[in-house]
Amino acid sequence: MPQAAITVEGISKRFRLFHERPTSVKERLLRLRGSRAEDFWALRDVAFEVPEGNTWGLVGANGSGKTTLLKIIGGILRPTEGRVVTQGRIAALLELGAGFHPELTGRENVYLNASILGLSRHETDLYFDEIVAFAELEEFIDSQVKYYSSGMFVRLGFAVAVHVDPSILLIDEVLAVGDEAFQRKCLRRIREIQAEGRTIVFVTHAIQQVQAICDGAVMLDHGQIRAMGDVADVIKEYRLVMLRRHIGFARRDLTRAAEIAGVELLDGEGAVSSVVPPGGELTVQVDVRANRPVDDPVISMVIYDGDGQFVFRTGTAEMRLGRLEGKLRVGFEMSSLPLADGRYSLTVGIHDRSERVVHDWHDQRYVFDVAGGLMEETQIFIPVETRVERL
Amino acid sequence: MHDVLVRTNEPPRLRLFQRLGELWQSREILANLASKELRVKYKSSALGVAWSMLNPLLYLVVFYVVFTYFIPARTPSFPVYLLSGLLPWTLFSTGMAGATTSIVGGANLVAKVAFPHEMLPLASIRAQLVNFFFQFLVLVAFLVIFGYPLIHRGVLLLPLALGVLLLFTAALGFAAAAWNVRYRDTGHLVELALLAWFWSTPIVYPTSFVSERLGETGFNLYLLNPMANIVMGFQRAIYGGVSDRTLAQLPAPGLTWYGLRLIALGLVSTALLYVTWRLFFRRSGDFAEEL
Ligand SMILES: Nc1ncnc2c1ncn2[C@@H]1O[C@H](COP(=O)(O)OP(=O)(O)O)[C@@H](O)[C@H]1O
Ligand SMILES: [Mg+2]
Repeated sequence: MPQAAITVEGISKRFRLFHERPTSVKERLLRLRGSRAEDFWALRDVAFEVPEGNTWGLVGANGSGKTTLLKIIGGILRPTEGRVVTQGRIAALLELGAGFHPELTGRENVYLNASILGLSRHETDLYFDEIVAFAELEEFIDSQVKYYSSGMFVRLGFAVAVHVDPSILLIDEVLAVGDEAFQRKCLRRIREIQAEGRTIVFVTHAIQQVQAICDGAVMLDHGQIRAMGDVADVIKEYRLVMLRRHIGFARRDLTRAAEIAGVELLDGEGAVSSVVPPGGELTVQVDVRANRPVDDPVISMVIYDGDGQFVFRTGTAEMRLGRLEGKLRVGFEMSSLPLADGRYSLTVGIHDRSERVVHDWHDQRYVFDVAGGLMEETQIFIPVETRVERL
Repeated sequence: MHDVLVRTNEPPRLRLFQRLGELWQSREILANLASKELRVKYKSSALGVAWSMLNPLLYLVVFYVVFTYFIPARTPSFPVYLLSGLLPWTLFSTGMAGATTSIVGGANLVAKVAFPHEMLPLASIRAQLVNFFFQFLVLVAFLVIFGYPLIHRGVLLLPLALGVLLLFTAALGFAAAAWNVRYRDTGHLVELALLAWFWSTPIVYPTSFVSERLGETGFNLYLLNPMANIVMGFQRAIYGGVSDRTLAQLPAPGLTWYGLRLIALGLVSTALLYVTWRLFFRRSGDFAEEL
């Protein structure tokens, strides 16, 4: 039985949301009343152990407390209750290139970032060429980082981070960024780190990644552990919970900070259409209007079948839209709709990343039909090419 | 062989020697952060670090011309007097201003990476120390050009005065940096305080000015200002060596008077540094949350 590299014992984390807390000395002096605080428990009684050399996945919906948990393990936040014991040097990659300064060159940023992550100058000298090669930035390493594309920025951040040589590596959803080729390279590098016997905890929404590289997993749900241990079990639970989640939305109060101005269903030619053949093309085009600036909105779309059963959900969460002012047009292009014949309805909503705040929500307001396919009743449509060979 | 780390909800408590060891281990962060601050500041200027030298150079030329040819100053070699007080003051005031906003300014790091937070205010002070050295070179060049004596016994006060200045700046810097996380207008208050403090320190006027007007008790009260003592130490070390006439402008001729004051102030600053560092360290556990 290997020793635990990370022991999390009954961790709870309370954030105090101060509504009227003075943020300046002036306010403090002008107001004698105390501030009202509202408690928000981002984590409740979380406990698990990660054995040395293991890789664990941390999954859960947005706002379930994954980042908070990593920050507590990494010593960035203090728990409100409980205790964390870790063995060995920890590196937490909560954000790639945290602390990169746009005015500095790639080279200068590598040295700065590496030292903050715990690498000595001498070690950085040794790894420097490797870092640059990994990031594929040989030509640009002496340009200022402000001229980098976001992909270059992220590559350099990841390249530094994975060369830091920690015995425990905590990785937040950073692998979601970058192009696919680079993601594959990152995963390869993570495998190498695994092979070196290091302990890894990483957060991801990509279930395949958990299946591919994890020895165990933890699923958080509203700050509590929902499932833990065997990867297959956790993934099953995760999928189930994610499927059920949309139900709560409609009941929330809408802020109307941003509104759905219009929704169009378009066929493959871009013509308005509400009938699609099975395997056909359908684009759901959502026009959004911000009545006042909205930070980091997410536009979601959910498909239900004729019985009101949940079928599919997608959204712009991964795209990080940033601050929304004015109008926006989002197109969800589904190039091949694997739905069986029948009537389907669509829900479209605008909400924040945590999904606690819902700006606007049109619940099952749009309808389309899938028609012209199979005679029999089926659950889904699988495009099949039937080939027969006489032998 | 592994470093075992246990974290609970206890606010972090400063264990002085252990912490000093940790800071020593991550000393490269300090150098890197300080050089980042300087690089960022001077990156987009062709003159680079020469900018920081331009300022005292301008002061020297202007004051030299004005006080030699237009308004003959009561104070002999006034430009030297001015700069020997102004340079340490600038180190103090810019160091304080930098330290105050260092944590909030480094929010991106503090919220995302675990590293010794002390490095942020200390790096700001260190960056200003580098500026100070460059500016000091200008003063030295001026002394050389005008044939003023450079090396004399008074110079012994320099390292002492500089050491005390750094201790004192760090002590106040830690407090202001931590305070600014909670109250974001701390920077403005610090600015105001520095303005009042500047005029309570003998930089543009000689101490004789104060003792003549305030009398002995008043002057003794005036001397409670730590910065006055530090600045006088620098003035004795640089300006005091220029000639007998300049020496006569200073409150005491001997070195002991200054030395003892600086040593006493050094002890007080060390104690103060311990107190504010403890406060800073205790609060630093919550920085990430409050940013
Ligand atoms: N510093 C903070 N102050 C108040 N609330 C916070 C703070 N940091 C995170 N939260 C809240 O805690 C919850 C969990 O956040 P987080 O750990 O980032 O979730 P995840 O990473 O799983 O998306 C969220 O609702 C978030 O709004
Ligand atoms: Mg997160």
